[in-house]
Amino acid sequence: MAYEKVNELNLKDTELRLGLPGTEQVKEEQDVSCVRSNKRQLQSDNEEESTTPPTKTQIVGWPPVRSYRKNNNNNNNNNNNNNNNNSVSYVKVSMDGAPYLRKIDLKTYKNYPELLKALENMFKFTIGEYCEREGYKGSEVVPTYEDKDGDWMLVGDVPWDMFSSSCKRLRIMKGSDALALDSAL
Amino acid sequence: MDLRLPSKVLEHIFSFVDSNEDRNSVSLVCKSWFETERLTRKRVFVRNCYAVTPAAVARRFPGMRSLTLKGKPHFADYNLVPDGWGGYAWPWIEAMAEKSPSLEELRLKRMVVTDECLEKIAASFKDFKVLVLTSCEGFSTDGLAAIAVACRNLTELELRECIVEDLGGDWLSYFPETLTSLVSLDFSCLDSEVKLSDLERLVSRSPNLKSLKLNRAVSLDALGSLLRLAPQLVELGTGSFSDKLDQEAVSKLAQVFTELKELKSLSGLWDVLPEYIPLLYSVCPGLTSLNLSYATVQMPDLVELLSRCSNLQKLWVMDLIEDKGLEAVASSCKELRELRVFPSGADVDETNVAMTEQGLVSVSEACPNLESVLYFCAQFTNAALATIAKTRPNLKCFRLCVIEPFAPDHKTHQPLDEGFKAIVESCKDLQRLSVSGLLTDKAFEYIGTHGKKLRMLSIAFAGDSDLMLHHLLSGCESLNKLEIRDCPFGDTALLENAAKLETMRSLWMSSCGVSFGACKLMSEKMPKLNVEVIDEHTPETRPDSSAVEKIYIYRTLAGPRLDMPEFVWTIHKNPEIGVSHLAIE
Repeated sequence: MAYEKVNELNLKDTELRLGLPGTEQVKEEQDVSCVRSNKRQLQSDNEEESTTPPTKTQIVGWPPVRSYRKNNNNNNNNNNNNNNNNSVSYVKVSMDGAPYLRKIDLKTYKNYPELLKALENMFKFTIGEYCEREGYKGSEVVPTYEDKDGDWMLVGDVPWDMFSSSCKRLRIMKGSDALALDSAL
Repeated sequence: MDLRLPSKVLEHIFSFVDSNEDRNSVSLVCKSWFETERLTRKRVFVRNCYAVTPAAVARRFPGMRSLTLKGKPHFADYNLVPDGWGGYAWPWIEAMAEKSPSLEELRLKRMVVTDECLEKIAASFKDFKVLVLTSCEGFSTDGLAAIAVACRNLTELELRECIVEDLGGDWLSYFPETLTSLVSLDFSCLDSEVKLSDLERLVSRSPNLKSLKLNRAVSLDALGSLLRLAPQLVELGTGSFSDKLDQEAVSKLAQVFTELKELKSLSGLWDVLPEYIPLLYSVCPGLTSLNLSYATVQMPDLVELLSRCSNLQKLWVMDLIEDKGLEAVASSCKELRELRVFPSGADVDETNVAMTEQGLVSVSEACPNLESVLYFCAQFTNAALATIAKTRPNLKCFRLCVIEPFAPDHKTHQPLDEGFKAIVESCKDLQRLSVSGLLTDKAFEYIGTHGKKLRMLSIAFAGDSDLMLHHLLSGCESLNKLEIRDCPFGDTALLENAAKLETMRSLWMSSCGVSFGACKLMSEKMPKLNVEVIDEHTPETRPDSSAVEKIYIYRTLAGPRLDMPEFVWTIHKNPEIGVSHLAIE
């Protein structure tokens, strides 16, 4: 294993050949999952093997444009000229069991499917179909949000615009909590 | 024979030394020069807030009047740094409040600034004059009110692309009637409407006001009345440029613009309607800086506008300008020094295809002073890069973002290696470079061989192996900041060139193949580096050989920092302690 060599720090000249790239020697040392030009496995975990490459819109931080500016583009493209603000609308997103919170800018999404897809990607879970009567039945996770009044609501119940303006934070509930919510519905 | 100059004489001589780079050299000459220099330095720049402690800075420069700090790494701009990473302004403000109460100016970039920080500034620095926050977050408009009400001698308050919790426009009303010293006000990133009458009164009583950047909520009509009160403006950021005005109002507005005899810089122009663009014609000939990057102006209107801007030196615009528009820039704006073209599409799939590499080629061929370029484009060619290199050897900053990752030369389908080779070979003074498109290790061999003055390099989705990193770290002598994402190298080159990292400010690597084991080794061997691992999972639960998500390595005199969140690990210098957060509650 190449990594046993690390303690020596001095790598022999032959280890780093100035020959053509992609020679066998060099490839052996890369025992990790990483990006190569013929595979668009960006952001892939070591364990995960996604067969479908992520679409371009799902690459975090690409193209390298600040959120502030991206958001402005969104507003422009939506031809929304009334009281338009180009601020960002960041909400914290927590997922039960994950060690740190994330933040997303709600204004970069236009509807629920986009939001849910982004959350699925961010936290690496899959969510079932939403239906009005039963919520996310059958899904192992349930997306909830805290609204302006401080109440915890199920994501998807109200129209998108109402949701995006009243959502203060998101919480992806898992396991027994999710089941409890489900059975309560 | 005593060759030493008395310190009073030294002080006088050093008062003419402005640049901090020179002052740093001066301090290295001998102990007495070091002492005299440090006592006379007024403007201090700390380009990595974790490289040194606030106490050490305050101790060394007791005469400090102006402090500039930078926090998060540059890739934080693109959401690659998780929330809560750090970059807190509070420890600095607290320390300066105690040790440097004569501080007058604070400029912060990519830092977390809370309302508490702003209140502390307002309460602690009696002669506070300048507050400039760029890409900062964590505060609300309440904090701004605290600054407004207390800083009696405020000259500059600028919020540049900050994320502010906007609780309303009242904050502006807190500027007291006695405040007449304002020179610059920028609240363009805020949402809420401020009270127009308060703004008008503030402007009227600020005879020194040179720069005013309004937010989108300020209407076109309001703009007219403000400009009547401040015809001396040198920099103007308008609000929304889209109210429907009647004919009389329009001609009054046109008249007001003709009164702006000193205007050099124009920005804002949100939602600008095509029929209002002619209002700007009268100021065009005087403009040296024009930021249209938030204005959805289409190409024909852009051509009309830009053809009148013969003195323009800096142009920021969206790709709506298209190749045709850039040709107009090429023929009209011969003084151009800096060009930035941003994508108008919200995502990768919506790139404007009528803007190609040809646009940049036209400008490069025609504008002899062009030295700084930022260009987002769907595609590029080696030939275009070669032409740009040949015609503009004076480039200092070249940032090309081909939006599609791994995109080859769209005509020859070759990697863009040869094109970037031309750039680094020809542009001998190139200090900043961002590469994109399909690139093999060869591209980095060229950069390492020729990029001797390169200080900052940004790389994404490129290269084939450790060779790419090896070329850069062993070749680029002046390298100061390196940021890389999604490239396929592992530990070898990093470890072999570890010593290089102490000569650099920082190195960011994310979604590459560097292992936790390598991070540990680096940290053990290099005492003056902080090796920080950002990873969702505790690195210790996985084998040493597994790759970590993100690594940020920077040189520091302050040791591992104490304010890390749960997901940032630093490797202790003492391997027995192992990995920890060193978090303080």
